[in-house]
Amino acid sequence: MEIIAQHGTTFMVLACLFGFFMAWGIGANDVANAMGTSVGSRALTITQAIFIAMIFEFAGAYLAGGEVTSTIRKGIIDADVMAGHPELMVYGMLAALLAAATWLLIASIQGWPVSTTHSIVGAIVGFAAVGISVDAIHWDKVGNIAASWVVSPLMAGTISYWLFISVKYLILDTEDPFHRAKRIIPVYMWLVGFMISMVTLVKGLKHVGIHLDLGMGGDFADAALASALVGLLVAGFGALLLRRVQEVPNSQNRFYSVERVFAILMVFTACSMAFAHGSNDVANAVGPLAAVVSTVQSGGVISAKAAMPWWILMIGAVGIVAGLATYGWRVIATVGRKITELTPSRGFAAELGAAGTVVIASATGLPISTTHTLVGAVLGVGFARGIGALNTRIIGSIFMSWLITLPAGAGLAIIFFYIFKAIFGFE
Amino acid sequence: MAGSNILGNLFGRSPIGPIQEHMQVANQAVQLLPDLLRASSAEDWDTAKALHKDIEQAERAADKLKRSVRRHLPKSLFLPVPRSDLLGLVSMQDSVANTARDVAVIVMGRNMRFPESLQEGVLEYTEACAATSNQALLAIQELDELLEVGFSGREVKLVEAMLKQLDKMERRTDKLAIDLRGKLFKLESELPPVDVMFYYRVLSLLGQVADEAEAVGDRLQVLMAK
Repeated sequence: MEIIAQHGTTFMVLACLFGFFMAWGIGANDVANAMGTSVGSRALTITQAIFIAMIFEFAGAYLAGGEVTSTIRKGIIDADVMAGHPELMVYGMLAALLAAATWLLIASIQGWPVSTTHSIVGAIVGFAAVGISVDAIHWDKVGNIAASWVVSPLMAGTISYWLFISVKYLILDTEDPFHRAKRIIPVYMWLVGFMISMVTLVKGLKHVGIHLDLGMGGDFADAALASALVGLLVAGFGALLLRRVQEVPNSQNRFYSVERVFAILMVFTACSMAFAHGSNDVANAVGPLAAVVSTVQSGGVISAKAAMPWWILMIGAVGIVAGLATYGWRVIATVGRKITELTPSRGFAAELGAAGTVVIASATGLPISTTHTLVGAVLGVGFARGIGALNTRIIGSIFMSWLITLPAGAGLAIIFFYIFKAIFGFE
Repeated sequence: MAGSNILGNLFGRSPIGPIQEHMQVANQAVQLLPDLLRASSAEDWDTAKALHKDIEQAERAADKLKRSVRRHLPKSLFLPVPRSDLLGLVSMQDSVANTARDVAVIVMGRNMRFPESLQEGVLEYTEACAATSNQALLAIQELDELLEVGFSGREVKLVEAMLKQLDKMERRTDKLAIDLRGKLFKLESELPPVDVMFYYRVLSLLGQVADEAEAVGDRLQVLMAK
């Protein structure tokens, strides 16, 4: 307890610095994947993408980022094992943050495809298993997380597959696809509005301190009703935007005008993608930060129940936006240039499938990789014969990134853990 | 952070656009054949020479495009249609250009001029062969629309109708060829034998252009079949 009392402020400042740096890295690198699809299919310009990302990453992080944050913060490690040594928890979480951030930096410079989520989970498991004890880890929870890394791309792929098939039958393969598109697309927009609103209401408003009661006899039913209404508002707004799209004859491709209608829809799915990304990935930065802060603030009592101060999610959200503004926009432009083969009618299916999966994972508190989920979603559209050419080697590089990132994150975390222990001492 | 992006590397270059471009260039070579035969019939060898050069150029451009399409179709690519079908399609398109070039080479190399009484028929036949190739191009130009709807439904029916038309046009060239051969047969005893050999040769090469254009359509049909 003395170490905490003595160095508490130092720990807090370090944690905030590391956490902010992680969030900055997420904003600089990872957001590009969430937004790149929209930019690549030319549904959004870079500037528009940045604005949408800033607003919805922030909203997602702040409103729906709590569940995953709490998993990272206290779901992976069994706090009871460390009851007598709160400083170990602090060292470990600091080490995990520093390890993940360092590893991401190395990987980025080397051009290796790695995931923030895997780095941080690997780092936490690493320091806890080696630095403390193998029993300190909730292996069942870790197993669930690992399983979700396989399930999430599959699920996103399945959803996107069926979304694209539905587009094919309801819109593209009809007598007058342009007018069909204008009539049907608001339904997809409704889905976007419903999804975001549902997650926000069920998981978000709690910690913002608002309680909703529509008298439907339950929080979930209330939220469903309210979300359905929000969805209608979104769809109505979208329908207004759609009215402005005029049909232009194009001899090169008869679907030119139809794609322009889908481009409007993609603005909406881009919002949902940014929201979903914020809700899941902010936790990678603020989860460990929250663990450190709550340990220090409670004066060394590691409590699994302590509430998380609101400003912690704020640091993460601001960090992401800062990363976007300083560096992320350039990465978005690069990614966007590389994926020009994705037309809005496919891009939306991929984004909506991925965003839906990520948002569900966020609500259940599972930290997953947004990028891998999006890759799964794009492959799903590919399976529906919707994309010109996809590089299947990527699947191999995803497996490689799992195999390399987990031990690398873990190894670095163990090293940093012992360094912190040597610097600040051990009771 | 160039290579670090999984999503950026996920997308390969779609072969659809380049394949369409390839057929366009191949068809360009074929479309010059009627002009070439017209020039030869008028014994305007300067024009014919220029046309021959253009045909050679188009054929070389087609070769280049063909190689680029093949290079960009590694086995690791996941495509909406079988890779081997696409490669077969490109090969067939390429042979259209090659055969057009072969016709030009013979006509130019021998300063060939068909006998007066055959002129009109030969021109009509060449136009018909060129039209067949053009129809094949029209069908190939539907490839991007086919991709848009995921190779199914109405678009497939539309393309199938175009292919039916293509078959019809090819049958017409066959008929014209039989007609011309009949006329040539009646004349052949009065003509220099070597010339006659090459008349037959050019007629059969022109027919081959139409056959290959039809074969392009056949490949497209295979592509659409699930």
